[in-house]
Amino acid sequence: MSALAPLLTSRWGNERAWTLDAYQRTGGYQALREALRMEPAEVLNTVKDSGLRGRGGAGFPTGVKWSFLPPPDGGPRYLVVNADESEPGTCKDIPLMMADPHSLIEGIIITSYAIGCHHAFIYLRGEVVHVYRRLLNAVTEARRAGLLGSSVMGSGYELELTVHAGAGAYICGEETALLDSLEGRRGQPRLKPPFPAVAGLYARPTVVNNVESIASVPWIIAGGADWWKSMGTEKSTGVGIYSLSGHVVRPGQYEAPLGITMRELLELAGGVRAGHRLKFWMPGGSSTPMFTPEHLDVPLDYDSVVAAGSMLGTRALQCFDETVCVVWAVSRWMDFYAHESCGKCTPCREGTFWLRSVLRRIEAGLGRPEDMQILQDIPNSIVGRAFCPLGDGAPSSLTSSLKFFYDEYVQHIQLGGCPFDHKASYLFEAVTA
Amino acid sequence: MSTPDLVACTIDGIEIEVPKDTLIIRAAEEAGIMIPRFCDHPLLKPVAACRQCLVDVASPAGPEGKLRAFPKPQPACAISVTPGMVVNTQLSSEAAKNAQEQVAELILINHPLDCPICDKGGECPLQNQAMSTGRSVSRFEDKKNTFPKPLALTPQILLDRERCVLCQRCVRFAAQIPGDPFIALQKRGANQQIGRFDPSVLGVAETAGQLADQTAGDIPAICGEPFAGYFAGNIIQICPVGALTSAAYRFRARPFDLVSTETVAEHDSNGSAIRVDYRRGTVLRRLAGDDPSLNQEWISDKDRFAFRWQAAPDRLERPLVRQGDQLVEVSWPEGIRAAVEIFDSATNPAVLPGGRLTLEDAYAYSVFARTVLGTDSVDFRARPSSHEEAQFLAHFVAGAGLGVSLDDLAQAPAVLLAGFEPEDEGGIIFLRLREADTKVYSVAPFASRGLRRLGGKLLRALPGGEASALDALSSAADGPRAEAAAALKGGVIVVGERLASSPGAYTAALAAADRLGARLVWIPRRAGERAAVEAGLLPGLAPAGRSLDALADDVAETVFGGPMGLTPGLDLPGIIAAAQAGSVDAVLMGGLELADLPDPRAASAALNTAKVVALQVRGDSISPWADVILPVAPPQEKAGTFINWEGRLRPFPQVLTSTALSDARVLQVLADQLGFESRIGELATSHQVFGWLGKPSARRAAPAVAPRAPRPLGAGQAVLSTWRYQVDDSAALDGEPYLAASAPAPVARISAVTARAVGVRQGDYLNVSTSGGTITLPVAIDDLPEGVVHLPAKSPGSWTLVTLTATDGDLVGISAAHGPKEVAR
Repeated sequence: MSALAPLLTSRWGNERAWTLDAYQRTGGYQALREALRMEPAEVLNTVKDSGLRGRGGAGFPTGVKWSFLPPPDGGPRYLVVNADESEPGTCKDIPLMMADPHSLIEGIIITSYAIGCHHAFIYLRGEVVHVYRRLLNAVTEARRAGLLGSSVMGSGYELELTVHAGAGAYICGEETALLDSLEGRRGQPRLKPPFPAVAGLYARPTVVNNVESIASVPWIIAGGADWWKSMGTEKSTGVGIYSLSGHVVRPGQYEAPLGITMRELLELAGGVRAGHRLKFWMPGGSSTPMFTPEHLDVPLDYDSVVAAGSMLGTRALQCFDETVCVVWAVSRWMDFYAHESCGKCTPCREGTFWLRSVLRRIEAGLGRPEDMQILQDIPNSIVGRAFCPLGDGAPSSLTSSLKFFYDEYVQHIQLGGCPFDHKASYLFEAVTA
Repeated sequence: MSTPDLVACTIDGIEIEVPKDTLIIRAAEEAGIMIPRFCDHPLLKPVAACRQCLVDVASPAGPEGKLRAFPKPQPACAISVTPGMVVNTQLSSEAAKNAQEQVAELILINHPLDCPICDKGGECPLQNQAMSTGRSVSRFEDKKNTFPKPLALTPQILLDRERCVLCQRCVRFAAQIPGDPFIALQKRGANQQIGRFDPSVLGVAETAGQLADQTAGDIPAICGEPFAGYFAGNIIQICPVGALTSAAYRFRARPFDLVSTETVAEHDSNGSAIRVDYRRGTVLRRLAGDDPSLNQEWISDKDRFAFRWQAAPDRLERPLVRQGDQLVEVSWPEGIRAAVEIFDSATNPAVLPGGRLTLEDAYAYSVFARTVLGTDSVDFRARPSSHEEAQFLAHFVAGAGLGVSLDDLAQAPAVLLAGFEPEDEGGIIFLRLREADTKVYSVAPFASRGLRRLGGKLLRALPGGEASALDALSSAADGPRAEAAAALKGGVIVVGERLASSPGAYTAALAAADRLGARLVWIPRRAGERAAVEAGLLPGLAPAGRSLDALADDVAETVFGGPMGLTPGLDLPGIIAAAQAGSVDAVLMGGLELADLPDPRAASAALNTAKVVALQVRGDSISPWADVILPVAPPQEKAGTFINWEGRLRPFPQVLTSTALSDARVLQVLADQLGFESRIGELATSHQVFGWLGKPSARRAAPAVAPRAPRPLGAGQAVLSTWRYQVDDSAALDGEPYLAASAPAPVARISAVTARAVGVRQGDYLNVSTSGGTITLPVAIDDLPEGVVHLPAKSPGSWTLVTLTATDGDLVGISAAHGPKEVAR
C-alpha cells in the first residue's frame, strides 16, 4: 500500500476549483442528489456502516455520533462544523476550504438532511480571512443555485447555512467552547454532561464535526459504505489527508488510505532535506507525543499509533532533522500552550505557565538540576487533572521528548546554554535585525 | 433498603444514603468528610474549574453491575452520586490525594503568599487548604504574574488580581443570583483575570469613548456599566481567597482579633440573619448569616455595609434639654424631669414612635400612650399613609400570626406585586424570587430593572390607579390580566406600603385575593412596621389585633392595668394638623425623620408649636424641633425582637457592651416618674401578653374604599411615580460613603411620547414641580405610560416629599430645564 488516493484533494489543482461551476463539472453535488432520494435514516446508516471516524483528532465514529441525537421533538437541531483549525502543524481543513469549499457544503447539506437539521453553521478560525471569503462566496453560489434555502434541489428540504468567523482562540476548537463562542459568549469548555448531542448550540441537540469528516460524506454516499471500507484498515476506514511539514523536500498535503506509514509518506515527499537525517517527528500535531525514526513503519491509523504510544490526531506530520534542538522546539510549543490556555482550569493555566517559565530558563542557560524533576512532575499535574482534552494534550511534546532526548535537556543545564546552532535548522534565510 | 428518593453510596468506606442528585462533595460532607475546594459553592451551579476537589470514583456498570472506575480522578463538585457509587477521597485514595496535592501546588505558584497583610488571613480557605493539601516549601522559583492593584470593581469592592485563584465564584454569583453580570473573566491563560469593563485592561481605550456615547444616559447597557448592584458585597464574602476586599474594611483588622455575634439586620422588613464582627467596642464589618429559609447566605449591601450610622458623630450619649434657643446636655435625672414636666402639663399629648422599633419597644410605646399619657393618638407610620391602610392593617395584618413565608412566596405558582418594587423595596426577596424562577406579575406603571431581571410581566397601571388594575384581574379580562388571574389561584398577592397613596387599592387587593383564590401578604419596607402593627401603634388598635374600644375589661386590666375609656385618637396627618392648630400640645417621638413624613414642612411647623420629647439614637435630624431628647440604644447595643413581614419573630442579642437604654427602658423610667406602675420595660412582658391573648376572635372591619376616578391631565402635567431606592439618601448610610457611591444615578424617567410633548430628549434635564418646589434631573426615556414621570423618592437631588410635598400618584408639573440645577435638600 503506497499509492496516493486523492479524493478530498482531487479537485484542488483544477482551474478555479473553488467555484460552483468547476465543482459541478467534476461531479459535484451528485452525491447530494442521491442522498435526497434516500431516507435520512438510510443516509445516516450508510455513514455509520462506512466506519468513518472523526478527522478532527479524537477519531470517534461519525455516524455513531449522529445517532446520539435524541428523537426529533419538533424543535431545532443543529450541525456545527468545526473549522477552527489552530493546532501547530495542522494544515488540512484550511486548504480544503480554500480550494474546494463546495465539497464541504455538499457534505453539510447531506449531513444536515441525515440528522434533521435545518440550520447548519461553519465555525471558522478567524485569522484565515481569505478562506472566510471563499466560504461566504461558495454559500452565496449554493444558495443562488437552489442548493441551500427553502427547498434544497427542489426537494422541499429546507436548510440555512451560516459561516461564522471566530476571534482566534485555540480553545474554540474544543467543541463545547466552540458552541459557547458561536453563541456569542467567552469561549471556554462547558461542563459535560449534558453533551452537545443532547444540549449543544442554544441548548438544542447538536452535532459537531470536523471539516474533513463532513467533506468525506459525499464520497461515502456516492461510492457506498463498502467502497469506503475497502480503503484504509479494518478499524480506520477510508482515506485521510496527511500534512507533511518541516525538514522534508516537498512539504504539503498527501491524501492516502489510513494506515500508510511515515516511511512511505516521506518517500512521496522526497525525503528529509538533502544531507540531513530525521531526528523526531510529530504524528498528529503538537499535542501528540513525538515519534523518532524508529517509528517510521508504524501504520498511521488510529489504533496503531495509539499502540505505539502516540495519537493519530490531525495527521499533521511535522518533521525535524538533526539540526533541531528538541528543547528549543518543545519550548516554542509550550509558549503556544501557555498563550492559548483558556484559563478556565488550574492545571492547564498554571501548569503551562510554569513549564514555559522553566523551559525558557533552561534555554537561556539558567537551568538547574532540580528542573529535570519539575519537567517530569508538572505534566503529571496537568494530564488527567485538566478540564478538557486540550489541557491533557498540552505537555505531550515535552513528556515524549524527555523519553527520547532526556540527555539533551541535561546537556543544556550542564552547559549553561544551548549546544545547537539554531540557524542550521532554518529553512529560510535568517533575518537579523 | 433505599427509598426511591435516596441514593446509597460509599465514601471512604462509609456507607451513606443521600437524596438523589446530591453532588459527591455534598454527600461527603454528610459523611463528615471535607474535600478541599475553591470554585464549589452550594448555592451556585457547579463549574469544576479549580480542580481542587478531584477524587477517585467507581460506579457499577454493565449487566452484572461490576464496579468500573473512572480512568482519572473526577471533580467531586460536579458529579452526582449514583446508586452503588464508590468514592475514595484524599483520605483513602493515594491517587486522589496526589491529584489534590498537585492542583494545590499549581494554585499557589502565582499567588503572592501575602497572608500577613491580607484581610482574609486567618479565615482563608486557600490558607487552610494550603496547610492541609499544599507543600511546605514552594518549588516555583520563576517570576510570578503580577498586576497593578487594587482594581476597583465598585466604589466599595476592590480586587487584588494577584491573589485571585480564578474560581469564578464572584462572576457566577453576579450572573446567577442577582443577575447583575457586570464582571467577567477577561483575557486567557495565566493572564486571565476577573474584571469589570475597564478599557485600559481590555486594551480598547480608543473605542471606549464611542461605547460611552452609545450608553449615555440611563440605557441599561451591560457593556461599560460599573459592577454595582444592590447585592454586590456578597462576592467579598464568598471569595475563597483574599482577592476581593471592601474599601471600608480593607486593612482594618485581622479576623482572629474580631468577636463575632449572630444577629439580625435592621434595614428592611426581612430580618435577614447577619453576623456582626467587632473589636474593642467598634463594629468593623457585617457578614451574611446562614438562614436557609430566609436570606440563605446572601444579604443586601445595605445590610452588609450600612452599620456606621449606629456610631455616627451625632450619636447622643446624654439627654438634651432646650434652654432658650439651645439644646443643652444635661444629666439623666434632669432630662427625665424635663420630659415629665412636659407630659404632666400636657392636656392632649400624641405619640409618633416611627417604624423601626423592636416588638418590645413598640409594645412599650403602645402601653405608655394608652395608660401613662392617656391618649389613643398614636401612629407608627412615618411615611405617606391613609385611613384605608390603617383599616387594612387592623383587619388583615394585626394578630394574624405567621402568614405567607418567603419559602411560600418563592414556591408559589405565581406572585402578583402591587405597590411593591421587588428589588428596591424587597431586598433579598428579589434574590429568592429570582433563584426560584417564580412567575411574577407586577401592577406598576413600568417594568423596573428588578422586574425585568425576574422575567416578570407588567400589568400596567397608572400610579394611584392600582385599585382599578386589581379589580380588572379576572378570567374575563384581556390577555395578560386573564393569564395572571388564572395563574394566581393558589398564588400570592404582595401589597407594599406604597398602596397607601392609592385610594381603594387595599380594598381591591383583599377582594382580588378572595376572588382569585390567592393568598395575600403585606410587605412593608421598615424593620419595625410589622411589630408596630402587632403592638397596636395605630389609633383604636390594641396589641395582638384587638380593638381598643371593644377590649374586655379583664384584658385591658392585663395589658394596660385598667379599663380604657379613651376617646378615639388621631393618625399621623391628624396629629400634625392638630399640633399645628395647637390642640395637640405635646408629642412623644421615636426614631423617625421629618423628611420621611408626608408633608415635612407642615410637620416642622407643627413640632415647633408643640412640646416635643424625642427618644433618639442620634441628634442631628430632630434637634431643631425637640424640647427634650433622651438618648436610646441602636440595635447593636440592645437585645430585642423584630417581627419580619412573614410574622416570624427575629430575636437578636445585644452585640456591644453599652450603657445605652432601649426605648422601652426609657419609657419605663418616665412611667415610674409619672406615677404609673406598668411593667412595660421588662423584656418578657410583651411576649407574655401575646401568649395570654391568643388570636383575636373577630376580625376588625375591612376597608371599603372605591377606586379613584381617572384624573384628566392638563398641559405640562404628569402623574408622579416614585419609591424609595434600596441605596439612596437614607440616614442609615451615614458614615458609609463607599456604599452611597454605589447608588443608582438619579434620573427622571418618562416615555418618548411624554418627552416629545415636553420638548426634551434622553440626557436633557427635566423640571418636575409642584407649588412646593422643583426637582431637576436628567431625562431617561423608558417604557412608561404617557403622562407619567418617575423619580427616586429620596436620592441625591430628588427628595420628592421635601421638595415637592408629593408622593406616588400625585399630580406634578413637568417642563424642560435648561441645565443641571443645584437642588437643595
